[in-house]
Amino acid sequence: MVIDWLPSVLITTLLVLAVVGGVRRANLWRAGQPEKVNIVAGLLALPRRYLQDLHHVVERDKYMSRSHVATAGGFVLSMILVILVHVFGVSSQLLAGALLVSLVLMFVGALFIAKRRLHPPSRLSKGPWMRLPKSLLMFSLTFFVLTLPMADILPEGTGSWLLTLVLSIGIVLSLSEMLFGMTWGGPMKHAFAGALHLAFHRRPERFGGGRSTGLKPAVLGGDVHGVAKPSDFKWNQLLGFDACVQCGKCEAMCPAFAAGQPLNPKKLIQDMVVGLAGGTDANYAGSPYPAGKGDAKVLGNAKGGIDNVITAGLIDADTLWSCTTCRACVEECPMMIEHVDAIVDMRRFLTMEKGKTPNKGAEILENIIATDNPNGYAPASRTHWAADQNLPLMKQKQTAEVLFWVSDGAFDMRSQRILRAFVALMKAANVDVAILGDEELDCGDVARRLGDDATFQQLATRNLATLGKYKFSKIVTTDPHAYHCLRNEYGDFDVDGVLSKGGSGQGVEVLHHTTFLNQLVQQGLLKLSAFKGGKVTYHDPCYLGRYNGEYEAPRALLESLGIEIAEMERSAFRSRCCGGGGGAPITDIPGERRIADMRMEDITQTGAELVAVGCQQCTAMLEGVVEPRPVVKDIAEILLGQLIEEVH
Amino acid sequence: MPLNIVSLVSVGRHPQSGRARRAEQDSRAVELGLKLADTALTVLHVGNPDDPILRQYAGMGLPSLTVLKQEDSVDAVPVLQRFLEQKNIDIVLTGVRAESGESSGMVPYLLAHALGWPVVARVADIVAVKDGKAEVLLALPRGQRRAVSIQLPFIASMDHAAEAARQSAFAVGLRATVESVESVGEVDQIRVDWQESVAKIRPKRLKTVKAKTAAERFKAATAKPEGGTGKVMKNETPKEKARAIFDLLLEEKVIR
Repeated sequence: MVIDWLPSVLITTLLVLAVVGGVRRANLWRAGQPEKVNIVAGLLALPRRYLQDLHHVVERDKYMSRSHVATAGGFVLSMILVILVHVFGVSSQLLAGALLVSLVLMFVGALFIAKRRLHPPSRLSKGPWMRLPKSLLMFSLTFFVLTLPMADILPEGTGSWLLTLVLSIGIVLSLSEMLFGMTWGGPMKHAFAGALHLAFHRRPERFGGGRSTGLKPAVLGGDVHGVAKPSDFKWNQLLGFDACVQCGKCEAMCPAFAAGQPLNPKKLIQDMVVGLAGGTDANYAGSPYPAGKGDAKVLGNAKGGIDNVITAGLIDADTLWSCTTCRACVEECPMMIEHVDAIVDMRRFLTMEKGKTPNKGAEILENIIATDNPNGYAPASRTHWAADQNLPLMKQKQTAEVLFWVSDGAFDMRSQRILRAFVALMKAANVDVAILGDEELDCGDVARRLGDDATFQQLATRNLATLGKYKFSKIVTTDPHAYHCLRNEYGDFDVDGVLSKGGSGQGVEVLHHTTFLNQLVQQGLLKLSAFKGGKVTYHDPCYLGRYNGEYEAPRALLESLGIEIAEMERSAFRSRCCGGGGGAPITDIPGERRIADMRMEDITQTGAELVAVGCQQCTAMLEGVVEPRPVVKDIAEILLGQLIEEVH
Repeated sequence: MPLNIVSLVSVGRHPQSGRARRAEQDSRAVELGLKLADTALTVLHVGNPDDPILRQYAGMGLPSLTVLKQEDSVDAVPVLQRFLEQKNIDIVLTGVRAESGESSGMVPYLLAHALGWPVVARVADIVAVKDGKAEVLLALPRGQRRAVSIQLPFIASMDHAAEAARQSAFAVGLRATVESVESVGEVDQIRVDWQESVAKIRPKRLKTVKAKTAAERFKAATAKPEGGTGKVMKNETPKEKARAIFDLLLEEKVIR
């Protein structure tokens, strides 16, 4: 290059600007609420979280994961070497050579990224994201040419004023994208915010193969309940929103988006970014919310600010109430963003501060408060379903091996069939079981998902007090929602160690009935004949699968009947929600299709005549689809049909 | 001048669980009060100021509630009367009857009698208040309404046809202040001496369906009941009207 000092000055200037931008951005996040995070441990864990946990998620899309490894790896390496070689002027042929190799690596990766952008799928955001591969290519090319003389491949001082001009423009443009854009809100922001998000994640338990799905308790009695303004989020939640790469994997998985309801998880997160940084959504270049009132689909109308109420101008409340809390978006997100936490946080504000739970929400919550069940049945009729079951009550027995948590299915005639089937199986296996009877209350799942954490916390405390009176080593339930609450959410209120220590001091094991039945079958306590019906498929309930990681036991049970499961395209961790979670059937936000209908289409496509389910909500939702359709049965019901009863 | 409206609230009782709750009709009185006066509405309760149910009423959007502190055994009517007399009140809204306690439905009447105000029973809506007069819609069976005009001040009891109460927001209820007012009350000795027992379910009169077709059943369900024996007296003297009522009561063996 003709002017030797120019590249180093340009690089240094943009580096300084990037640092300034980084500090400014960090200040935006710090407007959030304090949350204790171990900064040092987080930063130390960052490389492993990035290279292992995040890579596992990205790896599901092999094409993208390889392109990204090449591009990002090449870029990070190149940038370090660029600073050494071009800024500090370390003249080493070896370093320059290494720089050339890493730039080639980055160039190849960027070519694949550019290729994907030729015909981008609808889930990808366009706009500035279409520019990014070009910037990546320009960066690698510019610095490649710039480094050639240092590696002694070309003689020093090669080039003319023209080349100097071209290279300088290349440096400015590509580094503007890669460094300046990284901290000033360009597409590369995902690298900067994403890395810090991984380090300071609100649920560090998720890394290293762990699972953390229970909602965090709302603080009651403060100035605001739930999240009204972006500044009411925890600071690391705000940071998490900023980490979004707008890949749209969440959008592709979201059942509400597919049903044409006014929710798109990607747009929601981008709206949160608009909220924290201020401005409008005019620059958003992805799919809008599918439906919505008035001109909700038109971009540019949503205005946000760190201290503006989110539901007053930034997003419509219907967007929040469309979510079924199925966690498909969270499971799919390569940046490990927590969409559901944010949605429930904002719902808490709408319910507890505004009293604006839509449609049947208010009535259901009022019923739960007055009768401890969502439909307002007499609490004294909770055990009517078991009148002929000869089930002992904990009140009489005080101690039992297994406590059967009946759940609100006790009031529903369809669910009662599942309960009876499960009881019959337990009797056949001679399980020492008892129920709480009328002492049992609603687990609080619906209240919590509808944003009424006060009622949830009250129910949890009262249920724990009841559980604390008796001795048992296992709680088994047929309802994955109750299972999730008892297993993952009651812990926050279990001050006396009712579940963590239990009557025996060993801790109480909370199990879903499929897990428990699988144990019984493994122990040879249930004699089952082979299933002779037609093709069978299995629908993973969200609260059993994604929330609790139980994909195996239901399948093992079906296989023990000699069933070869005809898996759906979307099964296990990618299972599509039935539409029954998160209070969605109660708030009932209109869309173009019903989620349950779409799920039934998935089922029909396998050619199955029977769909096995492990959840009474899913059963209700799927049976609500008009016939002709496959038969819907709970696994307990299928097992009972094959039970060989021993004659004494 | 803003309207001075008072909604009287009691502690309700859920029909299925028997648990205390915000009473169905009283919360409608608060809803209508909020519509007419917004947060300038006074919500009044006689009883324990620490009762958590009051927070459920407050959650409808009330910054504060007024409680005339009294024991359960005290008759609410004189306490209310003394309080209401002191204030310059335009409308008092109540439920038709309480869900607990005596549940006689007499409070609006006894109160009106004591204050010398008119009562409008089973109100569906108060449409407008102008020049010291209120246009009120009364609820009649089968969704019918009767429009009446009443001079302020008056007492109105809320029908189930009135606008249902809005959702109670937990945090709003939590933040509301309860102004406890000391008051003089006398023990309702008759009430105290009562003995409560579980009601026996009355046998139901068998309903014979005469209608043969769906159209007939529809007609039977929707048609106005045709009173064959009633008569409309408009121009007679009050004495003649009273006589007619008295005769009817004798005839129906209400009075023997």
